[in-house]
Amino acid sequence: MLLEGWGRFPRHESEMLVASAPGELAALLHDRHGMIARGNGRAYGDAAIGSRISVSAKRLNRMKAFDPATGVLTAEAGLLLSEILDAFVPRGFFPPVVPGTKHVTLGGMIASDVHGKNHHRDGGFGALLQSLKLVLPSGETHHCSPDENTELFHATIGGMGLTGIITEASIKLRPIETAFITQKTTVAPDLAAALAALDAADNVTYSVAWIDCLAGGGSLGRSLVYAGEHASRSEMEAARHGDMLAVSRPARLSVPLDLPGWTLNRASVLAFNELYFRKGARNGDAAALVHYNPYFFPLDGVDRWNRIYGRRGFLQHQCVVPPDNAHAVLSEILERFARSGRASFLAVLKKLGQGQGMMSFPMPGYTLALDVHVRDDIFTLLNEIDEVVTRAGGRLYLAKDARQSRATFRAGYPALAQFQDLRRHIGVEGQIASKLSERLAI
Amino acid sequence: MSTAQQTLLLIGATSDIGHATAQAFAGAGWNVLLTARNTETAQRNRDDIAARSGSEVSLLHLDILDTSGFATFLDGLPVLPDAVVCVVGELGDQQQAQGDIDHASKVIRTNFEGPALLLGMIAERFAQRGSGTIVGVSSVAGDRGRGSNYVYGAAKAGFSAFLSGLRNRLSPGGINVITVKPGFVRTRMTEGMKLPPLLTAEPGEVGAAILGAVQGRKRDVLYVRKLWRPVMMAVRAIPEPIFKKMRL
Repeated sequence: MLLEGWGRFPRHESEMLVASAPGELAALLHDRHGMIARGNGRAYGDAAIGSRISVSAKRLNRMKAFDPATGVLTAEAGLLLSEILDAFVPRGFFPPVVPGTKHVTLGGMIASDVHGKNHHRDGGFGALLQSLKLVLPSGETHHCSPDENTELFHATIGGMGLTGIITEASIKLRPIETAFITQKTTVAPDLAAALAALDAADNVTYSVAWIDCLAGGGSLGRSLVYAGEHASRSEMEAARHGDMLAVSRPARLSVPLDLPGWTLNRASVLAFNELYFRKGARNGDAAALVHYNPYFFPLDGVDRWNRIYGRRGFLQHQCVVPPDNAHAVLSEILERFARSGRASFLAVLKKLGQGQGMMSFPMPGYTLALDVHVRDDIFTLLNEIDEVVTRAGGRLYLAKDARQSRATFRAGYPALAQFQDLRRHIGVEGQIASKLSERLAI
Repeated sequence: MSTAQQTLLLIGATSDIGHATAQAFAGAGWNVLLTARNTETAQRNRDDIAARSGSEVSLLHLDILDTSGFATFLDGLPVLPDAVVCVVGELGDQQQAQGDIDHASKVIRTNFEGPALLLGMIAERFAQRGSGTIVGVSSVAGDRGRGSNYVYGAAKAGFSAFLSGLRNRLSPGGINVITVKPGFVRTRMTEGMKLPPLLTAEPGEVGAAILGAVQGRKRDVLYVRKLWRPVMMAVRAIPEPIFKKMRL
């Protein structure tokens, strides 16, 4: 069947196998080649499209055990983050790390070593992972943890599914008192102010900046910087009454059809940015209580928002650059996007800490993510921007990637040779392969 | 109404609908007794429900074809449940059932004899106590026999008629009997089939609808997707001389 990622580019033919229970996997994988596990298909590019076969983990979605005393949850790898939230927020627990959408699987979060708004403080998903179970095409099962099969454990964290099929994992949830976040907004008139505001929030649990990426000149990089903490019961009580552990509100708005590509022309993007900026500026510096859904998953409020980019799809460019010289590097990247008039309304700036996995994306520095339409002329622009990233010693996020060159990739991921050795050593080379791993010669 | 101490008996824990239903009840604070023929497979579902809800969930062995074991099974229950939901069913293979009497018999016994007799025995115990809700998951296939699945459909029709009679007899005594006709449901059984979106429910929807029907919004016959009611009314209204010529 024809498969695509969240960005709807590229599209590839792939056979689809569905495992109904973990016990079926070994027989399903036997004697096959070019397989990759696929969760909920939220990787943007070609990471979850098998070079020949995609193994759907969607039915491997059972929880196995939860210990309220320790907060440790053990579950199958196809379990959705949204299901974890639905089950455990009402019981007073929250996942230690959440990415920008809750429609991702446990296995996908491990394979991408996803980061949240607390990466600068708590690390990525891998940092809080207790253990995982990996099934190889040979049928062997490996238990991996910080104390057992440690190299395989660290290669699987951020390993883009290329070490085998993750079938099960244990994570430690953190206790929360309410489902709300106390959010403090800082208006940053330019990039330097935004970086300073993120640095100033080093001790705050959550921080992120939204950049108006069409602002140029002296306003280049103007942002709203959001810092957040889980709200305590007393903060909530002071602010209002109501159900403090409410799970969710349904998606408010849905994009039911493919809109034509012109929906996001320069004028509409400009209008969106201006509106967003003013709205935030009005609330600047005042602490507000925000439900976890709009705080962590603002775009999940619009069902299937990827369709607003039209049929050709879109690309998300997410890079990380080291802290030294970050201001100059990020300025150059933002300027190039601004000059092209191709930038999206969505631009996110975030501070990252050390990555946990061998091939993890995060490194100490700042990460910038923005969306662009797929157009014939966009690839040259992105290649030029990649060169800026590479020169700065940065790298691109594989979970978002659909088009980077092998050279950019190799420069950004120095552990590649070690990762390839490990793949050979455990005998999955060739058997486990995605369109991404083929494209980048992993 | 507090449901903290209420207990659900769910017959057929390995089915997707059964799992979703048990999950809905456990999520609402019910204790859950699950039954399955294959308890090894069902254990995975039991653990899932227990981990998600924190409710008490136990798993018991029961083979719906072993009717002579029903009395022992019911006597051995730790508690007489407040509600029972039976989702057991087997679509079978119509073509095979046409020539293979053993297969046809198994489809009829699995969809009709076993569930009807079991719910009938539980109904007697509920009647004695003077309370209880009985939910049987039947099928729109039982609303009219069609060439493509009439062995299954006839068994479901029998089950629907049994539930209807049970309801007729016991409703004055405070026993609720609910017949559920889920329509198409996206499950392992329908994986890969092209199904009309408006008539197709997710297992979770079926579970939530059953919980809703048991917990107050009293229903006699529950079509999960509302469109099924007029659709099946129309199907039943077609005169037989025309119906027999249709390829359905």
